Amino acid sequence: MTGTTTGAEPQTWTGRALPRLEDPAILRGWGTYVADVAARDPGCLHVRFVRSAHASGRILSITAPPGVTMFTAADLDGVQPIRAVLHRPDFVAVATPVLATDVVRFVGEPIALVVADSEAEAEDALDRVEVEIEELPAVLSTQHAVSGHAPLVHDVEFPGDPNTVVDGHIHTDGFDAAFAAADRVVAIQVSSARQSAMPLEARAAHAAYDRATGRSTLHATLQMPHVTRTGIADSLGISEDDLRVVSPDVGGGFGAKMTLAREDIALVWVSRRLRRDVAWIETREENFLAAWHSREQVYDIEGAFTADGDLVALRGDLVCDVGAYCCSPVTWGVEPLMALAELPGPYKVEHYSVRSRGITTNKCPIAPYRGVSRPMQVLAMERLFDVAAAELELDRVDIRHRNLISEFPHRAPSGLVLDQASHQETLAAAVELADLSDFRARQAAAREAGRYLGIGISCFAERTGYGTPAFVARNQPYELPRTASPDVITPGYERVLLTMDPSGGVVLRIGAAPHGQGLRTTLTQVVCDQLGISPEAVRVIDSDTDATPYGWGSFASRAMVIAGGASMLAAQDLAERLRGLAAARLGGLPDDIDLTDGAARLRGTDDAVALSVLARDVYHSAHLLPDKGQPALESVGFYDPSGTFANACHVAEVEVDVETGQVDIHRFLVAEDAGRLINPAIVDGQIHGGVAQGVANALYEELVYDERGVLVTTSLMDYLPPTVHEMPSIEILHLETISPASLTGAKGVGEGGTIGAPAALANAISDALEPFGVGVFHLPATPHRVRAAIRDGEDLHVVARPVPRPEKEAD
Amino acid sequence: MSIPSAVPVRLYVNGDRYDVSVEPRRTLADALREDCGLTGTHLGCEHGVCGACTVLVDGQPMRSCLMFAVQAEGSSVRTVEGLAIDDTTLHPVQQAFWEHHGLQCGFCTPGFLTLAAGYLEEHPDAGEAELRDVLSSNLCRCTGYQNIVKATLAAQQAMNGDPDGDTDGDTDTDADVGGEPA
Repeated sequence: MTGTTTGAEPQTWTGRALPRLEDPAILRGWGTYVADVAARDPGCLHVRFVRSAHASGRILSITAPPGVTMFTAADLDGVQPIRAVLHRPDFVAVATPVLATDVVRFVGEPIALVVADSEAEAEDALDRVEVEIEELPAVLSTQHAVSGHAPLVHDVEFPGDPNTVVDGHIHTDGFDAAFAAADRVVAIQVSSARQSAMPLEARAAHAAYDRATGRSTLHATLQMPHVTRTGIADSLGISEDDLRVVSPDVGGGFGAKMTLAREDIALVWVSRRLRRDVAWIETREENFLAAWHSREQVYDIEGAFTADGDLVALRGDLVCDVGAYCCSPVTWGVEPLMALAELPGPYKVEHYSVRSRGITTNKCPIAPYRGVSRPMQVLAMERLFDVAAAELELDRVDIRHRNLISEFPHRAPSGLVLDQASHQETLAAAVELADLSDFRARQAAAREAGRYLGIGISCFAERTGYGTPAFVARNQPYELPRTASPDVITPGYERVLLTMDPSGGVVLRIGAAPHGQGLRTTLTQVVCDQLGISPEAVRVIDSDTDATPYGWGSFASRAMVIAGGASMLAAQDLAERLRGLAAARLGGLPDDIDLTDGAARLRGTDDAVALSVLARDVYHSAHLLPDKGQPALESVGFYDPSGTFANACHVAEVEVDVETGQVDIHRFLVAEDAGRLINPAIVDGQIHGGVAQGVANALYEELVYDERGVLVTTSLMDYLPPTVHEMPSIEILHLETISPASLTGAKGVGEGGTIGAPAALANAISDALEPFGVGVFHLPATPHRVRAAIRDGEDLHVVARPVPRPEKEAD
Repeated sequence: MSIPSAVPVRLYVNGDRYDVSVEPRRTLADALREDCGLTGTHLGCEHGVCGACTVLVDGQPMRSCLMFAVQAEGSSVRTVEGLAIDDTTLHPVQQAFWEHHGLQCGFCTPGFLTLAAGYLEEHPDAGEAELRDVLSSNLCRCTGYQNIVKATLAAQQAMNGDPDGDTDGDTDTDADVGGEPA
């Protein structure tokens, strides 16, 4: 079922653009971010991390003068390294020490920490630490890493090519024959620079130690507080009960705050060692150096087409530079394995032969960033269709319609099952809104006048709200060992605990951990509809491991789907109990009771009892409970779905200044199907912000390492997020497909903007540059690169870093 | 190296007087946050680009991370905590940001609020292009700016007495939750 949303205000709480419940406190400056916890703790000590200035080297000495309190790896007796694992034969696991031990593997790696009374004094102390490192040859490109004459980034056994830590393959039966029989093979290479999620709040942590109980409380800016607690407790060898992890207001995450940070472990350790409160507020420079990168990927793909434009077979060699260490819990398989499984996206591809690799280098480790590898997958597929359309002399819209999935459920060659969606419809809606024929007339007129306009389309399927089954599939099957735990972490489910107190107040405790998405508001809307109450009666408690059930947090466009489904189930459970209690008092059957406006009402009569009365009596007249139930109103909601695919079509209209290479976005359209919209304003906000990061990825942002492996883009004067000037106004059209794969009908929407925008922009710029015979195959398409492509008459491609020659040539 | 001794500084923040003692190198942002306890002012980059730390110094938007506290001696400083009319009434810019979903994570929000409030109070007739220029001073990573622009324009109308100024968008406040949650 697919429809277009009407925009009319519904009778339910869900579906309304309810202003967020989170906002009034934040707007007044009353939010609590981690640095605020530190600022309000005058007695706390401050930590700064000593970081490596070398991409690869052996630590010879670390010395601090008298008066400087410093700790190094040698002090971390018994502290275990981080070790994230997937159960697959091609996967290489490595240890990430909390502080570098003996060797350093990237510029910015933490090798020691200093502690002082204030942040300024900690910085002074940092300046006085002397580090002696014997520099070793560094591996700075994937080509070098696998060349056979590069050093190994880790001294471990690589089952396949050197420095190759994930090497996934899918080769479907009959591929070779299908590929050989095609009328035309279109081969392209697409790539992206390294990029940073760059949340405006960099990382921060405050560890408090309670002498009375021996417990630690870590306030940190996180997307996964429970999993972080597990990781820190594992590393320090303490019981999880000895550690409370709280993520108060979180200043943006975008994936970058879901990975276990060495610094957070070190902070808890030093707090326990000194029995003092300590804080670490990351600088922006540190955030660029060490707080995870992403997107440095090169995809070579070949599409085998019929003359009519049917894509019959797809071959790919996908390479991800995953940096120096393996992120936990999702591992450095996150980019290559997602690309392997999901490359075809919304398109029918029967025959599929893809190799996807993660290769370790001496650069900052990669970790998830909004979209993970999907911006690159979509770039690959959408550039492929535009190039194929040109070569086959077909219409660019028609070739997409021919190949888009239209029957559901659809089984992709990787085994993924795509649920009900509206791929054909979103493309049609977006193209209609874009008015392509009008654009072509304007484009022709502009070219006459020496101006270069272009239009670009991208279609995508965004896998969202996926639970345990999706994470299980990244591994080969395994059994629980008899007496030990497997070393694999398998995320996925969410649980919520819903209670009604004696006054009728409702508290929803969730394992998910929002960081700006307004999840407290949207979950409140879901609960209110089930219980017939209004939002002021509900409080959502999240991101505090002492106060919430164990959960996986907020990432992968999952929280609304999974925590939303769990909240709905919990509320339905509680509503059922309330209906039964009311029926016993008012007469009728539970099914005859409606919950509305804070009361239980016997349908067809004026009889009603307030929920607050029912609630009070459950707790205070327990001996009179008609259902003989327990004297508590509480329910647990558990939801662990296999996933649901949101989908969208983006259309970008750009103008390229061929003298300067500057790209201006004139228009940006999004036809989006995220299923049922729980809060349309929040959904649109996610799309706006997602597209902004897609624009950033496509045109502006790039982390640059020099020839020695030193990151040279470490400030916001070098790394350039868009301002309001660079952002077009985004036009959004919603379609609504209700899929049984999501209990609430909502599909995830957090990443789509970032997934679709780069490809639409690359296609649009390529369209504008068509008179010059050049296209865009590497992002960001900075003015310099666009200008060089025009000048040289060559496609905009990645410029590979020269591979160092072997020290000694073999005879 | 010797730690420079602290010097007394008198700050007037949001109408209150603060007599603080700070090192000469202490930034205004740190003094506001740590010495005055006003943590609504946020630090996003500490090198003057992101604008999260914007406060009004004698009515002018300033990067409080690029200013020493001693430079604000005797000045009147207004932070995000000082924008609201009172405990029940938000500043029109705050109200418009709420109604038009002009914030997500909220980390950049204090800087945008002080920037927009300060500019609109001085330039009530600023055009949209001029306001976009002003708003381009600051970075937001969540919203794509669209609703920040919308909210700023709505706030301008509300501040100029246009009764429709705050309800022209598609994110109208629902009457049932028009007030602030308790």
